[in-house]
Amino acid sequence: MDLELTSVRKAYGDVVALDGVTLAAGANETVAVVGPSGCGKSTLLELVCGLSAPDAGEVRSPPAALMPQRDGLLPWLSALDNAGLARRVAGEPRERARAAAHAHFAAFGLEGFERSRPSELSGGMRQRVAFLRTLLAGRPVLCLDEPFGALDALTRGQMQRWLAGALAKEPRTVLLVTHDVEEAVLLADRIVLLSPRPGRVVETLEVPLPRPRARTDLAVVELRERALAALGDPERVSA
Amino acid sequence: MAAALVVLTALAGWEALVRGGVVDALLLPAPTDVVQALWTDRSLLAEDLAVTAGEVVLGLTAAVAVGVALGVSMHLSVPVRKALRPLVIGSQAVPIPVIAPLFILVLGFGLAPKVLMVALVCFFPVTINLYDGLRDVDPDARKLLRSLDASRWQRLRLLEAPSALPTTFTGIKIAAAVAVIGAVFAEWAGSDRGLGHTLLIANGQLESARAFAATFLLFALAIALYGLFALLERRVVDWTPRTAPEGGP
Repeated sequence: MDLELTSVRKAYGDVVALDGVTLAAGANETVAVVGPSGCGKSTLLELVCGLSAPDAGEVRSPPAALMPQRDGLLPWLSALDNAGLARRVAGEPRERARAAAHAHFAAFGLEGFERSRPSELSGGMRQRVAFLRTLLAGRPVLCLDEPFGALDALTRGQMQRWLAGALAKEPRTVLLVTHDVEEAVLLADRIVLLSPRPGRVVETLEVPLPRPRARTDLAVVELRERALAALGDPERVSA
Repeated sequence: MAAALVVLTALAGWEALVRGGVVDALLLPAPTDVVQALWTDRSLLAEDLAVTAGEVVLGLTAAVAVGVALGVSMHLSVPVRKALRPLVIGSQAVPIPVIAPLFILVLGFGLAPKVLMVALVCFFPVTINLYDGLRDVDPDARKLLRSLDASRWQRLRLLEAPSALPTTFTGIKIAAAVAVIGAVFAEWAGSDRGLGHTLLIANGQLESARAFAATFLLFALAIALYGLFALLERRVVDWTPRTAPEGGP
């Protein structure tokens, strides 16, 4: 089953967060939603995850797992227990949830940090734990809300390459919300550009580029410029 | 180290004032007189300390139990919250010296009115701090658990309760520090034992050294209880980094 939003509108009181948004993602596709701050990107993910209902339009989605903007890790749980949280909520006993999480720790570069609390982990490691937790929810759709927004540029680049690799190994349908156009071009099959509030779809760009992609690839740079121009970046519009 | 120096200097100054005859020793006994009273009246004071400590510990235990029950049920149920919040807050406006004799009248001279008095003074900070802690949860984590279809019970157990622990401990520490007040007022209203009782009698007999000795033990009791819970807190709430957390946004 595909993920599909049709003419979705969502308002909070007088503030219209999303207006007439239509987008679709096929199975195992990565769709990036890009737009300026406050364009209703997070609202979009809440709709897909079923945390709220649209005021108008239709949201059809298989069960989706959310990775909140700031990692949402629980500070009193170890990395292992945080990663296995979804399993525990699903009713599995603690030991089985831990075992399920631990099976991925080496591949996620988290080995040796099983018992560490989030405050003892680096920003990149926290995001990996949060992503593993999202993955272990065992849902066909992953909703990632600015997963690397809080990281420094260097770590962000590493994490983007890492996420691309992780998704290549374990394909899922991904809805990736970001304000970083380059990140969208590097990771997504399709990019949906949203306008400032109220969020409307400005343009949908296909990204038919082979993977792995590098930020210096000519095609990547071109697409990035096109996306920025469509978003109305003042510097580029005049160029 | 610095604290010890300050206390020692203050004690020396106090001793000099009394010995020099600036202050009447009947009104303000010298520290050495207090120490002497602690020693000569040690069997009386030890018994009193045991009595008062028992009242305080029982009362605190009751306060924590009631505070947790109230805080959680007010958090979980809107009708309960609406019904109880004014009463909980109002309970703190009741003047303790006025209500203490009533407790004695109704419950007699035994342990019950003292425990109740301590609990009345102590349950409020526990209730309010727990209640606020349960509500003040990281919105991202809340969203996350909802997206995982966590039940109400799971949200309470996995997210809200642990996240409320630090503020709850703050409430319990405040309660531990003021618990002694409740016990003393209850003993004043009607008792033949306890540090509060001895304090009252010694005051009447102008045995100011003994009164100060009893007060000193009340001090020590409050500090010891506070320290005990602070220690417990560090054991239980072991996830907050000791150093300052990273800067805000």
